[in-house]
Amino acid sequence: MGSGSGFMRAGGIQMMADTRAAGAGAAGNAGNVLDAAARGDAVTTEVHASLAAEEPAVAVEDFCLWYGASQALHDISMIVPRGKVTALIGPSGCGKSTLLRSVNRLNDLVENVRIRGDMKLSGRSIYDESVDVIALRKRMGMVFQKPNPFPMSIYENVVYPLRIDGERDRAVLDEVCEKSLRDAGLWDEAKDRLHQSALGLSGGQQQRLCIARAIAADPEVLLMDEPCSALDPIATGRIEDLIAELQGEYTILIVTHNMQQASRTSDFTAFMYLGRLIEFGGTYEIFSRPHRKATEAYVSGRFG
Amino acid sequence: MSLADSRDARASMRAAPSPLAAAAATRRRTRATTLTLQASGEPMLWLTAGALATALLMIVGLLALVLAHGTGTFWPSPVVRIQTTDGRLLAGEVTRSQHYRPAAAVIDALPETARAHARSLLAAGEGASRRRLVRIGNYELTGEHFAWVSDFEVARQTLPPWALVIERRTWGRFYGEPAAFHIDGAPVATEVAEIWQRYQEAIGAVQERWHRRRRLETHDVGLVNRRLEAGRLRIRSAEMAHGRSSPQRAQAESGFAAEQAQATAQFERIREEIRALDVENARYALRMRTADGQETTIALADIVRAYRANSLGIAGSLQLYLARWWEFLTDEPREANSEGGVFPAIFGTVAMTLIMSLLVTPFGVLAALYLREYARGGIATSTVRIAINNLAGVPSIVFGVFGLGFFCYIVGAGLDQLLYAEKLPTPTFGTGGILWASLTLALLTLPVVIVATEEALAAVPKSMREGSYACGASKWQTIQRIVLPRALPGIMTGMILAIARGAGEVAPLMLVGAVKLAPELPIDATSPFLHLERSFMHLGFHIYDLGFQSQNSEAAKPMVFTTTLLLIGIVASLNLMAIWLRARLRRRFVTSHF
Repeated sequence: MGSGSGFMRAGGIQMMADTRAAGAGAAGNAGNVLDAAARGDAVTTEVHASLAAEEPAVAVEDFCLWYGASQALHDISMIVPRGKVTALIGPSGCGKSTLLRSVNRLNDLVENVRIRGDMKLSGRSIYDESVDVIALRKRMGMVFQKPNPFPMSIYENVVYPLRIDGERDRAVLDEVCEKSLRDAGLWDEAKDRLHQSALGLSGGQQQRLCIARAIAADPEVLLMDEPCSALDPIATGRIEDLIAELQGEYTILIVTHNMQQASRTSDFTAFMYLGRLIEFGGTYEIFSRPHRKATEAYVSGRFG
Repeated sequence: MSLADSRDARASMRAAPSPLAAAAATRRRTRATTLTLQASGEPMLWLTAGALATALLMIVGLLALVLAHGTGTFWPSPVVRIQTTDGRLLAGEVTRSQHYRPAAAVIDALPETARAHARSLLAAGEGASRRRLVRIGNYELTGEHFAWVSDFEVARQTLPPWALVIERRTWGRFYGEPAAFHIDGAPVATEVAEIWQRYQEAIGAVQERWHRRRRLETHDVGLVNRRLEAGRLRIRSAEMAHGRSSPQRAQAESGFAAEQAQATAQFERIREEIRALDVENARYALRMRTADGQETTIALADIVRAYRANSLGIAGSLQLYLARWWEFLTDEPREANSEGGVFPAIFGTVAMTLIMSLLVTPFGVLAALYLREYARGGIATSTVRIAINNLAGVPSIVFGVFGLGFFCYIVGAGLDQLLYAEKLPTPTFGTGGILWASLTLALLTLPVVIVATEEALAAVPKSMREGSYACGASKWQTIQRIVLPRALPGIMTGMILAIARGAGEVAPLMLVGAVKLAPELPIDATSPFLHLERSFMHLGFHIYDLGFQSQNSEAAKPMVFTTTLLLIGIVASLNLMAIWLRARLRRRFVTSHF
């Protein structure tokens, strides 16, 4: 439904360059950014120079999104660097998940969604009318907030993306299943019960199974929507270790509420507030020397 | 509340030694303990529990009544021989009794000697007397099946040890004592024990011959008839296709002539065989004496079962009871459905219900899928949904009328024109049949399936659908691989409800194919095995027929309860089957997440 709504795709890249230039100047009065956002004014994004060297796997270009009459995303422009882990942080309702779900167009499923602007996956438009949404989603993997294994065996869960592509070669399926489960750190626990129901796994195991499923089709980008929020600390630790292991191999965009998690697992961090991207830079800088006072206030726990 | 509270608080303040803190503590305590009746919800608890208890009581009462009446039908009761004060002699089984107030004229009509005794009995009962309904049978002699006997009329009552109950193929039951055993018209035994022994020796072979004869009559003759009918139809279709004087017709006719000659020979052979069996069976007969001394001869071939009612014992009674149940479940009805078994009705009910489920489930699931998964929400969808829900409230007879008017007279007649033209004007599909009955009930139960399926689909977690979409699955792949398996238990619930509704429905069936007596089952061993055009018997209709259309309604009444019990049992077991299936599916597809 979004693709038909006739959005503007004018000069996204230039816009981003402008933003970067403007961002440096705005660093001084960062504290007012939050008030400006609350008033509904446009807010420029503070983008750190360290990102200029990164190759974008996904480029978000001047992206706006409305749920009915209310605007959830305001002129977001950012990149997701290839082969790196990028974290989206911000208080509840700031649009992190919406932005994440816009990357694989899951928001198409929601009624009354309108968008403007565009995103690009490896330089090719995501929101162009000619894009085959299904083919697009096959190039990405996604892990959800709550583990959502399908009501079938562990094996079938992992090879689901291949099954729907019509893959029937048992050898290929077996190989993908084992590799994905190994990458997701579940192989040792699950190898003896591959053909039992996935619903019999524990919550943490289920989430690792979902990660295995998300990487089974060898996606270009892995989207993670607060993957640990429904898990206990031990399971959370395992998932974080897993993200660290996947780092470099996959491009990961992760939404998290947990600032320690963002600082532990990610290379880059983007701070969002009320649908605006406030600051985006290397994780270390964002947490130790943020350019904006608002970011500093949030990462040090003074609001949000 | 507040007034009472403050008064309490004031009282406690006066009593308390330290002023403020203690007062506050007391107030807190009083507030916590003195909830009003309304706030505590106690009356609502009683109201809700009472409603549930009443509902349970009614259901349990219904089941208990049907169970009590239904299970007792086949238990043999003793045969009493009664001599009344006016000299009547009768014998039979007491079926029920009641109290009534006899008019004075009835007492006055009694013989002089009995009057005083009757009056004293009535005085003891404060003017009321018990009367018993005795099943006296012997319809061909008495013209009655039952007779009322008041207690004050009874002069003598005995339980004759040699009283026999004979269940016959025609004329209903016979009560009497054996007088002689005849072979070839001559008595070979006249002493009761010997007669009984001779009877038991002969009856097995006689019944076996009778069954063989019946099989010849229905099955073998039916086969030949069907071949002849097929030949006749070939001539007719040749005539219709090529004209009256075409060579094809002549050829078919000559073929038919040969077949006819063959068939005649076969008929002759069968008739000869039947005659031989009849002659052999006719040799054996039982001479019986009734309570009032009349004698009559009953051919052994006419006897279904005979037993000494007053010397059965527990084991004998139980054996008889089970044998009657077995006959009830496996045999065909006789005596205008009031005796014998209900097997064709069981078969018809189950077959019709299964065909209905097979039709309604896929149809309803597909419709619900479109409505829930594809249709955009809006006025049109809401209207359709409301219309479907309302369809569930349409009186079932309306569906029957629709089934008759549309399925039988339009679709069926059209099919006949296309496929069975040679049989016309005799309708094949153009009249009531099991297919049309199943389709009518499928339509009737469609809303149930659609509503249940829609709910099941709506209950599939959004996260599962999103997970599937995120893997790059198309909408149909998601529905097929994730949504449907997950919704299957809920869909099964819809099917269970549909079965429960459909199996118990009678009114529409009367219009579209249920009959009092179906000559053939809708599924049998003759090609094409599944005869969807045939009319069928149905337990629900059978109950109606027993209760309201039976000539011998008093004898049919216990059968009404037994058949009702059976119908409940069958609906329950069909449901249990579906529930078991659902439980299996649920174990496979749905487990909690954490």
